[in-house]
Amino acid sequence: MPKITMTVNGQERSADIEARTLLSSFLREDLGLTGTHVGCDTSQCGACVVHIDGQAVKSCATLALQNEGREITTIEGLANPDGTLHPMQAAFHENHGLQCGFCTPGMIMTATDMIKRYQASGAPLDEKAVRAELEGNLCRCTGYQNIVKAILAASTQMTA
Amino acid sequence: MYSFDYYKATSLTDAVQKLSQDDDTSLLAGGQTLIPTLKQRLAMPTTLVDISRIDDLDFIRLDGDTLVIGAATCHATVATSQTCIDHIPALANLAGHIGDPAVRHRGTLGGSVANNDPSSDYPAAALALGATILTTTRELSADAFFTGLFETALEPNEIVREVRFPKPSRAAYTKFPNPASRYAMVGVFIAQTSTGPRVAVTGASQAGVFRWTELETNLAQDWSTSALNGLSLEGDTMLSDLHGDGDYRAHLVTVMAKRTLEAMA
Repeated sequence: MPKITMTVNGQERSADIEARTLLSSFLREDLGLTGTHVGCDTSQCGACVVHIDGQAVKSCATLALQNEGREITTIEGLANPDGTLHPMQAAFHENHGLQCGFCTPGMIMTATDMIKRYQASGAPLDEKAVRAELEGNLCRCTGYQNIVKAILAASTQMTA
Repeated sequence: MYSFDYYKATSLTDAVQKLSQDDDTSLLAGGQTLIPTLKQRLAMPTTLVDISRIDDLDFIRLDGDTLVIGAATCHATVATSQTCIDHIPALANLAGHIGDPAVRHRGTLGGSVANNDPSSDYPAAALALGATILTTTRELSADAFFTGLFETALEPNEIVREVRFPKPSRAAYTKFPNPASRYAMVGVFIAQTSTGPRVAVTGASQAGVFRWTELETNLAQDWSTSALNGLSLEGDTMLSDLHGDGDYRAHLVTVMAKRTLEAMA
């Protein structure tokens, strides 16, 4: 079996895996990082979004082997090591941006990527933009209202 | 997924060599169509040759009046490229509305044109702008490249290297996304090019992306929405599915063509 090495949440991780192993399966089953959720398995719901070299990507739509040597950040890697929540996690908490919580890891990874991109480009991130940017993340509980609210709240607190 | 071997190509020459060793080898670019297809067991390649990390395929540059984009350039890069925004804003706008942000971070131009999905956006841009597709062995005009539903003129061991988009004097693309999948039910790209107006329609036809030459002829006479007067397409040549029948799509093409022209006014 081929060997894969990548940096996950700051730590180098290696394993021998089948070529067909998805990044989402590698994270969940080989590394035990089950915060990355698999919702639809058809690459539509976005619950599995992680950051690969700083960009939001659906981890169920990329093979682990395609990411040899890359830096992966999962939901487990967002908070400070002392347990202090990332501003986006705190904003979801404060704005009640979740109900069942299944989509939340993907929402938060998508949202942090979104804000980083908008801050870099200088484009204004308003409610309409947030809703359009959430195109690839499905939530079946909240109606998105508080998710959008949380992202807008966090956007004023996150610094690039 | 069925089991397969994975091979990371270090160059195009390396990839072509690997492809020619086995008929059941597939190229893997961004994987945003291929991986979901494999997950549904709709394809069974013995080996995937990954070409997404060949560095010299990831670029955007201006060559005179032509915008040249490397095959492995992802949609997000095209959408935010200042060079693309400055010279062919309609193309940057199109790239920024493919799939969703995460998909745009991985999906590539080369993968999109090579797959020629009847609902994909890039083939409409390539056809309407009169692009040239440079492969590992030759140059093909977009008119010669797109040959049908999921069909292109690519030979089995031929790989798309770059797409050259001549800069139009003006261009626009509008699409009517399926409300659920967000794929184009109909997308219309209209460009005023050095050889005259060109109109390409995606999402609609059973033959895949096509040029609406009657509208091009009318636009050459009168560049306005009245160029659509009296024009219609045959519903029985259009895709027909639970999202809309052929007549619906044929009508939608005229509606989207009108919106595209209005966007350019």
